[in-house]
Amino acid sequence: MGHSGINVLFEGRNFTRLLGGLWTSVWIAVLSLIIGLALGALFGVLRTSKSRLVKVIFRIYLEFFRIVPTVVLLFLFYYILPRQFNLSWPASVMAVIAFALWVSAEFSDIVRGALISVPKIQRESGLALGLNKWQLFIYVLLPQAFQLELPATINLATRVIKTTSLLMMISVMDVINVGQQIVEANNQTNPNGVFWVYGLIFFLYFIVDYPLSLWAKRLSKRNEA
Amino acid sequence: MSWAIIQQSLPQFVKGFQVTVWMSFVGIIGAMVVGLCCSLIQYFHVPVIDKIVSAYVELARNTPLLIQLFFLYYAFPVIGLKMSAITCGLIGLIFLGGAYMAEAFTGGFDGISKNQIESGEAIGMSKWQLARYVVFPQGFALSVPAIAANIIFLIKETSIFSVIAIPELTNTALDLIGLYYHSNEYLFVLVIAYAIILIPLSLLLTWLERRVRYGTFGD
Repeated sequence: MGHSGINVLFEGRNFTRLLGGLWTSVWIAVLSLIIGLALGALFGVLRTSKSRLVKVIFRIYLEFFRIVPTVVLLFLFYYILPRQFNLSWPASVMAVIAFALWVSAEFSDIVRGALISVPKIQRESGLALGLNKWQLFIYVLLPQAFQLELPATINLATRVIKTTSLLMMISVMDVINVGQQIVEANNQTNPNGVFWVYGLIFFLYFIVDYPLSLWAKRLSKRNEA
Repeated sequence: MSWAIIQQSLPQFVKGFQVTVWMSFVGIIGAMVVGLCCSLIQYFHVPVIDKIVSAYVELARNTPLLIQLFFLYYAFPVIGLKMSAITCGLIGLIFLGGAYMAEAFTGGFDGISKNQIESGEAIGMSKWQLARYVVFPQGFALSVPAIAANIIFLIKETSIFSVIAIPELTNTALDLIGLYYHSNEYLFVLVIAYAIILIPLSLLLTWLERRVRYGTFGD
């Protein structure tokens, strides 16, 4: 492994810069999740409505986001929004919009699935007690649906975190982009650095996502029982 | 949006389309083989190897494909393993996909109702017979929806190959945008190209899921 490959990580401000890049990835992921989950919950509830038109519109919305790869989605927002609508927001904002809409599509399907799988008897008992539609929703359906959808939601969050790795493609200064710059700057003096820098980033993603996916697995086992 | 620009770019997109299709195909077949082997190792609890397999599955599932590709393409040459971009892409896709497919198969094997296994044991089946006649036939049927979802997922992941300059669909579009700057037209063709691959395929897979739904018993 050479004598000093690992030193690249700690030379100068390299380590703080990597952490700064990580922070960019984290806030973009968190913000897109918050916006996306809120929108997705709304869309999911709308998808259980009886109106055919509403159902079809949201179905097409979901399928669009299912078919277009996330990389392509990022480019669509990065190239088309500024040119067609004359918006000159930074790439990170474009990324948040793209991710949030993608999350909202995926989450609407999770919410819909959970809402329709709350046993019928629950809804009918609520109605028999004289709850109105709104009360039924808040006190009966949502709390039960929440439990059913939690594992899938956590899995969605791990996917969003992994997807932040694509941010570098629209030149956001995320952890991978910073890593790439450090590698290129040290390529002459320290060719082994690349191993350590990408190794560290690989590990960083793993320590964020692994506990989350363990948690999701445990919860879904409990739901089955 | 200009049709002339779209028409001029089509030959290049057709090439990219072919690259995406063949790499997805090879990657998915490879991933299914790796996934099946891993899930069998886990099912039979092969000592030591099953621990390695679960470590591999967790590692591959919880890290992004992009950093896996960067590691293969940029970091491996440092330890003397230099591979072409295409080889790296295929290895990356199989590495990632194998773990997802392993989870899909294992999920299927675990999803069989307990009655089935206990009935098999009650009529005196050995562990191997149980696997051969009860667990696998039903387990495969149960794992089809997850495998179908993984196939679609892996095809979409090939778009990430563009970071190591494999000339697939996304890379073709990015190259063209870089050269001529007609981003609307090229991105439009790109989305249509993915739709041409994914819409028929997802319809086919939905049909297949419906066909095999009768493959299980119980409940």
